[in-house]
Amino acid sequence: MSDDTIGKEGHDHDATEHGPAARIKALEQLLSEKGIVDAAALDKIIERYEHLVGPRNGARVVARAWTDPAFRKRLFADAVAACAELGISGPEGGHLVAVENTPRVHNLVVCTLCSCYPWPVLGLPPAWYKSFAYRSRAVSDPRGVMREFGLEIPESVEVRVWDSSAEQRYIVIPERPPNTEHLSEEELAALVTRDSMIGVATIAPPSKKSPRSRER
Amino acid sequence: MNGIHDMGGMDGFGPVERDEAQFHAEWEKRAFALANLALVRAGANVDEFRHAIERIPPARYLASSYYERWMIAIETLLVEKGILDRAAIDRIAQSSGVVEPAPCIPAEYKPRSRSLRARLAAGDMVRARVIDPMGHTRLVGYARGRSGVILADRGVYVFPDTNAHRAGENRQHVYSVEFRARELFGDRASPRDRVVIDLWEDYLEPDSRDAPGRRVSARAARAQRAKSAARKRGARR
Repeated sequence: MSDDTIGKEGHDHDATEHGPAARIKALEQLLSEKGIVDAAALDKIIERYEHLVGPRNGARVVARAWTDPAFRKRLFADAVAACAELGISGPEGGHLVAVENTPRVHNLVVCTLCSCYPWPVLGLPPAWYKSFAYRSRAVSDPRGVMREFGLEIPESVEVRVWDSSAEQRYIVIPERPPNTEHLSEEELAALVTRDSMIGVATIAPPSKKSPRSRER
Repeated sequence: MNGIHDMGGMDGFGPVERDEAQFHAEWEKRAFALANLALVRAGANVDEFRHAIERIPPARYLASSYYERWMIAIETLLVEKGILDRAAIDRIAQSSGVVEPAPCIPAEYKPRSRSLRARLAAGDMVRARVIDPMGHTRLVGYARGRSGVILADRGVYVFPDTNAHRAGENRQHVYSVEFRARELFGDRASPRDRVVIDLWEDYLEPDSRDAPGRRVSARAARAQRAKSAARKRGARR
């Protein structure tokens, strides 16, 4: 592999596609012959995580927490039970913990050892969350990392980084932006971005919404 | 093992590249699904899987994409468990064996407590032990020997250091431990910032430097006040 490939963490598909693609195909073929897996079951798993589970689930949780004080209380006491109220559960979410951003504390989530991430509320992680740069620096230079995402946290605010080193999975409950009193729970959920629930973004008021952050 | 995967606090990887993709190719989706289905059906646990990724030689680990590392780990476990034959995979894939992983060396584990009763509590000052097992561990290198305060007892979990080697579940309490960022990374960190790490009880010992008035965050101070209130209630009883 070229140095260039290493720099991009192996995402040079033209050069490497054939190797792993052929090898995964071989693994699947041999495992199917042994009756351990079948294509339909694999398709079902892919379908679930590509299309059914994603950050819209987390956004519903955040919007409910913003609008329903009793739910908010239950969420911080037991996030698994609170999410189950909204029909949200599944693998990598059995030990979910919600952490609250306030004017004095900003939370950021990472998994330095691998790629632990709260699948039922956020779906599968984007490549950058699993990248060596994010994993290595989120704990030692969280403010620098957030700045790369366009987020400047004032020195007066405490940054609290959660390294998901065990089976707990973390979701950040961002602060509700100002001037949203008139919005419905559904409209509020539409403001909530995936990045804000990881902690690399905050949520702009609707009047100042940027198209880019809406997508994420 | 002190592997390349334990990269918290490392420098030199540059800025975070905003690659939003969950998958980069069709085979990556198959690798994801195979890990979820085949490993479970083959009787491999998640700790074995994580350790199989960590056992990839460092240079290869860094040169591989995320799902390439998964692919190597899947193959490693299925071959080691005698379910698949590497030569058969090589023949069908028309390539040679992908990687020679480091051996799986279980820790010489002596349980420090056989009881499920929590020996530590929210508010306790603790120190992460200095351990360097040759096998799997979830005690990150950057916290070893450092002092913090327990924010919460998260309940009882399987101990990955032995479970990854099929050497017993050794269930024990896991605690969220808050460290001052400066305790971990010195003056380059902001004096205000904290890092919270989830640690199994066997990774921790009471901190002998426990001293009243040592600066902790507002949240940790609440845990300490609750602890001392509970202690007073207990004493009155």
